[in-house]
Amino acid sequence: MTLTYHLQIVNLLAALLLLISFAMLSQRRVVGLVALFAWQGAALALSTAIIAWSTGQHHLYYSAALTLALKVIAMPWYFYHLVKRLNVNRAVEPMINIPTTMLIGIVLVIFAFNLALPISEMSGTVTRSTLGIAIACVLLAFLMMITRTKAIPQVIGFLSMENGLFFAATSATYGMPLVVELGVALDVLVAVFVLGIFIFQIRETFDSLDLKNLEKLKDK
Amino acid sequence: MEIFWLLGIPLTGGVFLALWGCRRNAPEINALFSLLTLAVAAWLTVRIVAEGPMMVGNGWFFIDSFNVFLVTLTAFVAFTTALFSRPYMRIEEEHGRLNATRLRLYHSSYQIFIGAMLLALTTNNMGILWVAMEAATLATVLLVSLYRTPASLEAAWKYFILCGVGIALALFGTILLYFAAEKILGSGGTALLWTHLNGVKTELEPTVLSLAFVFLLVGYGTKVGLAPLHSWLPDAHAEGPTPVSAVLSGLLLNVALYAVMRSKVLVDGALGTEMAGNLMMGFGLLSVVLAAFLIKRQTDVKRMFAYSSIEHMGLITFAFGMGGAVANFAALLHMTMHSLTKSAIFFAVGHATQKAGSQLMSDIRGLIKTNPTIGWGMMLGTVAILGVPPFGVFASEFLIITTAMHEHPWATPFLLLALGVAFASIFGKVQPMVFGETELPRLPYQPALTPVFVHLALVLMLGLFIPPYLADWYRQAAALLGG
Repeated sequence: MTLTYHLQIVNLLAALLLLISFAMLSQRRVVGLVALFAWQGAALALSTAIIAWSTGQHHLYYSAALTLALKVIAMPWYFYHLVKRLNVNRAVEPMINIPTTMLIGIVLVIFAFNLALPISEMSGTVTRSTLGIAIACVLLAFLMMITRTKAIPQVIGFLSMENGLFFAATSATYGMPLVVELGVALDVLVAVFVLGIFIFQIRETFDSLDLKNLEKLKDK
Repeated sequence: MEIFWLLGIPLTGGVFLALWGCRRNAPEINALFSLLTLAVAAWLTVRIVAEGPMMVGNGWFFIDSFNVFLVTLTAFVAFTTALFSRPYMRIEEEHGRLNATRLRLYHSSYQIFIGAMLLALTTNNMGILWVAMEAATLATVLLVSLYRTPASLEAAWKYFILCGVGIALALFGTILLYFAAEKILGSGGTALLWTHLNGVKTELEPTVLSLAFVFLLVGYGTKVGLAPLHSWLPDAHAEGPTPVSAVLSGLLLNVALYAVMRSKVLVDGALGTEMAGNLMMGFGLLSVVLAAFLIKRQTDVKRMFAYSSIEHMGLITFAFGMGGAVANFAALLHMTMHSLTKSAIFFAVGHATQKAGSQLMSDIRGLIKTNPTIGWGMMLGTVAILGVPPFGVFASEFLIITTAMHEHPWATPFLLLALGVAFASIFGKVQPMVFGETELPRLPYQPALTPVFVHLALVLMLGLFIPPYLADWYRQAAALLGG
């Protein structure tokens, strides 16, 4: 009985994740995007912790703690300071206007649920129904990376995609083996660090973070 | 025990060179660490050849003829590239394109990159394989943008984002693989161990595995440079420093293809169909044809040879896709030949561009008159990569094409056409660079061309005669890949 109760909270959090993904698609300001990314991390950490508690998978507690430390506290804090230092918090229009992006997003969600259906039927986990949502989050983050032309939103899109993948791993299999998860977390951390350096390099060279400057290399 | 040395030396080297900084002898230390890695790799190879596959460290590492062959190749090319980069990077520094801090970053990242690739090759865990592949990318992103020019930043950003997305897809593939494995092997650390998966591969859920393979192929395939996901590759090769182009082309692409092959063995077992092979043949053939026609349009010499890498990786992928003992043997041989030849070409091209002060082919002329060794290095390298006998590339390409004629005749015209087009365009462009007229002065320094000729001599030797133990070793590896 308690399992179903927990499950409902997990489902609620999964819905929240999807909602945040859509909110990210429509967010024009970078600081707003960073805040949404932190909330997405929080929802992910909480749902992982609840799954860990209700199924007795102890290694998931570590994953939840890692998500909390990295994606809710460290990375948003770092991005927030980056945005402040670089002073790039202006509202920017994405390449495709927002209502159209949302419509494409809805199509992606339907596609994701179809893709997830055969896999979740085979899954033995109690959380299998959320797999569709996880894939939808990945695709929406992908869409965000395509439609944004600024460096920091693209990076947040990339990390949000990683959130979606992490959620997929948790809902389909109760998470990957701990060593792998630690390795993935380390890679993501290094990636953010490298990107921090990189963003300063771009800024130094172009005086802007607009990736439209980075469209010169093409085959003639 | 060897395995810990093998991974420990480059990683220690990375940390040490970061701390040692930009003192005068940093390039020599870089080469020394690479030499030690090569020595350990050779020692490991001798053991594997004598004793057969082995598991080390509670099953965390697994070494058989397939990956030990790539380990040796990686360590060897890493060492010769370190030798080449010693004078090359010094000259770049004198030209003011680099400063001391960037050289420190270069040396440190170089060692970490080699370490990450060796980890990817030797690990038994498909998850750690993913982690190591990503680490190898991250170590090279800042190397591609080492010159800090607008174009190099763009190339590095593209490299990061495209490979990042690609590798995210591969992570999803790995999750699906774990999902299928967990049902049979139980959850926990052992379910992603390749040897365990290989033992139960016939019981793995076929639907899930075929979906997983699609994600793994597209994900790691981005890194192999398979069309249509290749667009990062020419940019990263053209804009990064030449030693980085040499190791990206000669090593990283192989390691990514290694990851695909490990997955293919599992999927073939689970499905019992040709699905994985057919997908690889399709992607491979598309890359060969597309790259061959794009070579014709290039004006930048490093970009042109980057497209040639796409073409050759496509050919190797196609051969692995055909499967069977002969095709696998040919693919492994071609992997070796391509790594050795392509890095040799990049070494020669590096000096040629340094001399001309430009990467545009129209600015590089008459190498044979002013610097005959560079000119001959480039000409012989080009002739070798184009598959002219008696170089080894001819032997492997011949094997691939005859197998294709036998098993998939429909593909042969495409392959021959692509190879012909590539031959005509590359040869036509390199010929004036080497033999044309020039007013440019001689290089004021001694270029580091020993690695070029060592590589080409090896390619020539393997074209004329493959020592029996080496042939045995390739055969063992080819048999492991089955198909």
